[in-house]
Amino acid sequence: MGSPALKQDRSPVPSAFEYAPAPESRDVVQLEKRYGLFIGGEFVEPRSGEFQPSISPATEEPLADVAYADAEDVALAVTAAREAFDDGWSDIAPAERAKYLYRIARILQERSREFAVLESLDGGKPIRESRDVDLPLAAAHFFYYAGWADKLEYAFPNRTPRPLGVAGQVIPWNFPLLMLSWKVAPALAAGNTVVLKPAETTPLTALLFCDVLRQAEVPPGVVNIVTGDGRAGAEVVKHPDVDKVAFTGSTEVGKEIQRAVAGTGKKLTLELGGKAANIIFDDAPLDQAVEGIVNGIYFNQGHVCCAGSRLLVQESIYEQVIAKLKRRMGTLRVGDPLDKNTDVGAINSKAQLDRITELVRAGEEEGAEIFQPPCRLPEKGWWFAPTVFTNVAQSYRIAQEEIFGPVLSVLTFRTPDEAVEKANNTPYGLSAGVWTEKGSRILSMAQQLRAGVIWANTYNRFDPGSPFGGYKESGFGREGGLHGLEPNMRFE
Amino acid sequence: MAQAPVLPRGFELPLEPRLPRIGSVDQVAVEERAADLSRRSIKRESKLFALDLAVRMMDLTTLEGADTPGKVAALSSKAMRPDPSDLTVPPVAAVCVYPNLVPHALERVGDSGVKVASVATAFPSGQSPLEIKVEEAALVAEVGAHEIDMVIDRGAFLSGNYAKVYDEVRRVKEVCGEAHLKVILETGELGTYDNVRRASLLAVAGGADFIKTSTGKIQPAATLPVTLVMLEAIRDVYEETGRRVGMKPAGGIRYAKQAVQYVVLLNETLGPEWLTPDLFRFGASSLLNDILLQIRKEKTGRYQSPDYFTLD
Amino acid sequence: MRLSVKKTYKLYIGGSFPRSESGRSYEVEGANVALASRKDLRDAVRAAREAFPKWAGMTAYNRGQVLYRVAEMMEGRREQFAELTGSEAEVNSAVDSWVWYAGWADKLGQVLGSSNPVAGPYFNFTVPEPTGVVGVVAPEEPALSGLVARLAPAIVGGNAVVLIASEHRPLAAVTLAEVLATSDVPGGVVNVLTGRKADLCPVLAGHMDVNAIDLAGVDGDRAELERLAAENVKRVVRNGEGQSPWHAAAFLELKTVWHPIGV
Repeated sequence: MGSPALKQDRSPVPSAFEYAPAPESRDVVQLEKRYGLFIGGEFVEPRSGEFQPSISPATEEPLADVAYADAEDVALAVTAAREAFDDGWSDIAPAERAKYLYRIARILQERSREFAVLESLDGGKPIRESRDVDLPLAAAHFFYYAGWADKLEYAFPNRTPRPLGVAGQVIPWNFPLLMLSWKVAPALAAGNTVVLKPAETTPLTALLFCDVLRQAEVPPGVVNIVTGDGRAGAEVVKHPDVDKVAFTGSTEVGKEIQRAVAGTGKKLTLELGGKAANIIFDDAPLDQAVEGIVNGIYFNQGHVCCAGSRLLVQESIYEQVIAKLKRRMGTLRVGDPLDKNTDVGAINSKAQLDRITELVRAGEEEGAEIFQPPCRLPEKGWWFAPTVFTNVAQSYRIAQEEIFGPVLSVLTFRTPDEAVEKANNTPYGLSAGVWTEKGSRILSMAQQLRAGVIWANTYNRFDPGSPFGGYKESGFGREGGLHGLEPNMRFE
Repeated sequence: MAQAPVLPRGFELPLEPRLPRIGSVDQVAVEERAADLSRRSIKRESKLFALDLAVRMMDLTTLEGADTPGKVAALSSKAMRPDPSDLTVPPVAAVCVYPNLVPHALERVGDSGVKVASVATAFPSGQSPLEIKVEEAALVAEVGAHEIDMVIDRGAFLSGNYAKVYDEVRRVKEVCGEAHLKVILETGELGTYDNVRRASLLAVAGGADFIKTSTGKIQPAATLPVTLVMLEAIRDVYEETGRRVGMKPAGGIRYAKQAVQYVVLLNETLGPEWLTPDLFRFGASSLLNDILLQIRKEKTGRYQSPDYFTLD
Repeated sequence: MRLSVKKTYKLYIGGSFPRSESGRSYEVEGANVALASRKDLRDAVRAAREAFPKWAGMTAYNRGQVLYRVAEMMEGRREQFAELTGSEAEVNSAVDSWVWYAGWADKLGQVLGSSNPVAGPYFNFTVPEPTGVVGVVAPEEPALSGLVARLAPAIVGGNAVVLIASEHRPLAAVTLAEVLATSDVPGGVVNVLTGRKADLCPVLAGHMDVNAIDLAGVDGDRAELERLAAENVKRVVRNGEGQSPWHAAAFLELKTVWHPIGV
């Protein structure tokens, strides 16, 4: 069945100006052969006795063996966190607690190249992104929340904030270190201690982070890292001595977690999936809007919960926008994540590649028209060419389900009302994009779109000061900003 | 007085000949895109390719009140043979001089293939009566200049008199004869990227063969984002009409690294078919020696000193 | 026997350390310290005004990092400062003040600003913005931590400062200026003048290009200075003791923006 989606090697026409390979060196990272669990301030052997390799998705090479925690291991981690909390972490003078977080931020800045290379190796994202986006933002999150640790009385008028206790955190594989910082920084600033379960396919930067904790002299047990798969995550969530659960991942698992903590009184925040509409009006600055579309869906290979995976383009400029988009897709460089010129890296895992492939096949079968620019994909590793579907109906699976890959579905609209209707017609509500020169229209759309983050004339912008989170089945609770403190506290 | 087309309020261009709509440009996004492209890592053979191309695309320029036949003769020699110790370095595209120096430049470059470009139309201000400006351009064409770089009337543009700007381009184009016409927008005076796009389309409508950023006499001169905006306007013209208009960033490009960034910008905005001196030029002077330094560094592996390269 | 190389205590203006244009100095704390003139003050205000747009235009996050770096550099010179002040506790307090205010840079907007629900189809928001050039008269005691307590909140929001140091114990201020010069603080954002308060304060209070003035360090009658300040409607700031985001707010203007909401 010669579906273009499955034909993975269509070489582009050679150009007069080919960019020579520009690899970032791997030497900056020293990996251990094997990692235990980080509990009580040191690496320990897992009681489970189980280890699995973490694989580089670009080359399929095993990078290091990583422990898989079981229920007993998780219990030890929670105990260590509880001891650290009771022992005084929450009683340390807030200004001193802040200093630990400032140290972490500075160390991440100093070691940022090392972490960026490791992130790209373990997860598959281009070094340009891990270097220019993930690392600076991760450091900034720690710096930002460090500043709140001793200013909590200004954040909640007429309330007395207190820490919750032990925070159990489960994070995804799309921004491993960044998601760690989004969870750990505010939790610690609030005076909590942490048990964090990194994603199964991307544990390595979390494990290297333990060395940052050592350099920053963070007291033992304040942050505990338990690697493993979904089973370990489930243990963290249901452990009775965890006071607060924070989860970022798929809506499906989010619902399971919500069911699991029902009736326990545990505080819960969920940051789940999305199917964001990126809405282009006819008066938009077109070339920049196309950049916004491309950034919205091909950044990080589309492995982004807030990705602009549905393009809603006003019918009067449809032809022009699609032509520009296809042209622009042709200049995307897919390949070795460690090459500094790579724009689109590897798909994070075989499982994810299979999911993307399946949905793309469904899209073709349902009658949508597929386009992929010619690109040379490497032999080994897991790759998917940037893809756009036109002639998409709202009811197609590719317009409803989150693909979590570099696949864009295009729909049209005639009026602002119709755009709002289509954009909101989804159980998700994480983000949306609006492109128009008219200020009043930006504000009107922002008012009507049911999404937690609205980007106007831009896309995929993140900042530690900017609250992030979803409506509806995209989850609840906010991370970032003053509002990101609240989920980490209780009030007397 | 030439017939200017009726331009309705809001300056939407007429449907025939079909030119792209003016639209608008988002400053933050365009500057980010230009910055992104400037971070491409161009190494080894691709760097040498870009540097070689940049030399072939250069309009080696001297536009000083103090220019003399001697100065222009020396410049022309450098233009024809930039690096006497490395004859694989190609000659530049053109020398760019004031009208009075055109005959001397022509004599010096002979039939080497290096073109002679001349500024005209009361360069750099453009604040002279139209007839004088057209006369100057006609004289320069008659004397044999291959290329003419005119300036638009920014006073007319900024006061909303777009018809006058259009008319002047058309009148100058009429007297150019065989010479190709570059239209200088002086982007540093236009204030916004929206205006740069507007002026670009206006110049193209008037008949420009090339649109050029700057006179080099004020700051800011050429920048990557301004160049990107102009290339996007050129791309839209090409998509809409099939017509290829060239582009020339001028002024403020001093380092080889910048030249490579411009080549990358051109490559990824318009595509490899546009990587030719027929469609892209650099207006520069000290840039040439920095490129020679970089070429030699790529070939020998050693960082170089300016002492080893002739000034002209 | 080795003779020590004694430090020359100069002014800190526009990122450099010039002597007073008057050529004068006064003897205090066992050293000769520059005696700033009204012309030095004029130069300092000019330097502050020039530096202001760049400092105000930096992202709040960047400003926070710069203030944190001041703390880092000060921490590295603990002994020197402890010797000058005679108190380790004072040095700790000063360093910790920088850290505290550093953390406010990117939070003032959220605590002081707002989105305002108005009775009409308009989006309406209020943001704090730096007022411009701020004059600060540092208290006589404590010469170091008292100065930092006044200076940090003034600059964290993006203002540029002309500061008159403690007259009788100025050495800590000049040494602090050295720290500022090595902390990525852009030249002109902070300017430190040493000399006679009686000469300098009226000039600062009456300067028409200074937007706000903090008179906490003026002992004695402030009424005349406040009268002089009225000439260009300077904001006269009377911050209390301790640390607070409201001390930073005192040097910030509030701007409210309206925009219609419609298609």
